[in-house]
Amino acid sequence: MKRLLLLFVLLFLWPAGQLLAAPDVEQIVEQANRAAYYAGRDGRADVHMVIYDAHGGTRERRFTILRLNVAGDDQKFYVYFKAPADVRKMAYLVWKHVGGDDDRWLWLPALNLKKRIAPGDKRTSFVGSDFFYEDVSGRGLEEDVHELVGETETAWLVKNTPKDPGSVEFAWYQVWIDKATSLPVKAEYHDREGKLYRRVSAARIETIQGYPTVVEAVAEDLRAGTRTVNTFSNVKYDIGLKERIFTERFLRRPPREVTR
Amino acid sequence: MTARKPGQFLCAVLAALLILAVAPSGARAGLLDEVDLHGFWDNRAGLRLQDDAYQRRTSLLESRLQLEGLYQGDVVTWQVRGDFVADDVTEEHDVDLEEGSGWFDLREANLLVSPTDWLDLKVGRQILTWGTGDLLFLNDLFPKDWQAFFIGRDVEYLKAPSDALLASFYPEWGTIDLVYTPRFDPDRFIRGERISYYNPLLGRTAGRDAPVRVDERRDWFDEDEFALRVSRNIGSFEAALYGYLGYWKSPAGFDAASGRNTFPRLNVWGASLRGPVADGIGNLELAWYDSRDDAGGDDPLLPNSEGRLLLGYERELARDFTIGLQYYLERLLDYDAYRRTLPAGTPKRDENRHLLTLRLTRLLLNQNLTLSLFAYYSPSDEDAYLRPSASYKLTDSWQLSGGGNIFAGRRDHTFFGQFEEATNVYAAIRYSF
Repeated sequence: MKRLLLLFVLLFLWPAGQLLAAPDVEQIVEQANRAAYYAGRDGRADVHMVIYDAHGGTRERRFTILRLNVAGDDQKFYVYFKAPADVRKMAYLVWKHVGGDDDRWLWLPALNLKKRIAPGDKRTSFVGSDFFYEDVSGRGLEEDVHELVGETETAWLVKNTPKDPGSVEFAWYQVWIDKATSLPVKAEYHDREGKLYRRVSAARIETIQGYPTVVEAVAEDLRAGTRTVNTFSNVKYDIGLKERIFTERFLRRPPREVTR
Repeated sequence: MTARKPGQFLCAVLAALLILAVAPSGARAGLLDEVDLHGFWDNRAGLRLQDDAYQRRTSLLESRLQLEGLYQGDVVTWQVRGDFVADDVTEEHDVDLEEGSGWFDLREANLLVSPTDWLDLKVGRQILTWGTGDLLFLNDLFPKDWQAFFIGRDVEYLKAPSDALLASFYPEWGTIDLVYTPRFDPDRFIRGERISYYNPLLGRTAGRDAPVRVDERRDWFDEDEFALRVSRNIGSFEAALYGYLGYWKSPAGFDAASGRNTFPRLNVWGASLRGPVADGIGNLELAWYDSRDDAGGDDPLLPNSEGRLLLGYERELARDFTIGLQYYLERLLDYDAYRRTLPAGTPKRDENRHLLTLRLTRLLLNQNLTLSLFAYYSPSDEDAYLRPSASYKLTDSWQLSGGGNIFAGRRDHTFFGQFEEATNVYAAIRYSF
């Protein structure tokens, strides 16, 4: 009887035991990717970027960013610069293709010229800041091996190791994914000697239109001693952006969504 | 006092508008409150590295204040952008808005409206650019300022403004741009006033002693220009067809009776394709230059028809380091007729002019320092033109830059070879606001 009871308990608890064990890491990173880069069908934000150099000097950038989710997981981005004065009215257009090279264009207003940008390395500085292009548009999930290496009360800890180590500057990076919001709240990058050299973190999160949103993000280059803080304002989702905005016409004539 | 040209009146009005727009906010009201005002103050100086008997040693010495007013309303967008210039090199300070000389140069003054959701109309003075070349132009027949380019002004001054109507149509499948220029807008070409040029009549290089004299084309609605582009994206590729009805943009012809250079009639038809190729961006552009006044190619005083071809490729070599390569071909289409009718003693062109370009761009110090080299080399003309440059952003407002324009050639009459004595270096400081 006792044995039967034990069997019963085991049978009954077995699925629960599975649930209590480690959840699927792929599911966690997938949800984090959705939460960080795909909130809503589209969105806009005004970004104030401050770049702090190692000697206390600062540079500022102001731009408005529009995003539209299109077929599959592809996306389109429109970045319109408002400051500093020498880059004012420049616009940057990206058609992101998951698993392939993105198409990128730069609009130079003084020349009235649409310049095509060579695909290139996505792990290069975005407009001279400590953020990389990949931090802005998201890194392909298929490019790393993901392992769940721990958890805190509030976050999952995921270690990511590149499948093609030659293509990136890091040996591995660890991401803290908030259990409540699924947002990645911190990423720490380690070099081949195992030394921590770069950190990207969410300093402030607010829920906007039901979507948990990072409204202040910090990227630090721990070797160079530089730091960039991005503050996001006027964040709006599901504003009904048309795909035609992400074309040459609206590079020449910036849409009201970015000039307002 | 000399008679005022109509252009001077226009520019005085525009200058007044710009000054009004930047006046203290108390003086502004209503509409002007919504005008976005920006600009820069740019000071630059340049020095010739070789003696030129017909020019000053100073190739560039100027202070330039650019002011821009931009209003983006619900119905209309308007923009005025002009430069107040104190130029020490030229002796001429009267404003000529066509040549861009004098104390004021109007870069843009236009209105943009979108009467329907498939049409944009931009009317007025504007900068126009199209085509796929990097500092090489096949189907872009909008005016260029070669003088500004060669003496070390910012590269944006290579594009001279057009006074035109641009209608852009946006059907589902692509874009149609139609540009109508009611009065011919020539290049701001090399006249010998600041840069010496090869004068075939004199058989030597000439400068201020013999500036180019031209038969202007200045009849409104008669000596006009049409330019057309039809473009669309095909996957990641951009494809375009082009057409142009107008004139050679620089005075390529010669009228023996008046002894002046002329702008002969020209039609151009072309096509281009640009897209991702082998981890970079490749481009191909073709153009047929139909020299209308010299259909047979047998008039030695008029330019021959040409076929032009461009192949380009750009990619990132390493982080923040980009390389661009181009091959360009200019082929005379009636070469036998050209050769047969060429007057004795005139230097003979090759049937094919080949040109290679190389661009290297390196960003350093958090992208605040840009080092760049653009080089042209023609194996057929045996001449070259190098444009090294460096610019450093001291702060978000202040930028220091410097560079050179280095010409070399075996012969005096080739395109870059004739400018050998214009070889110069320059330095600049700019405050943007």
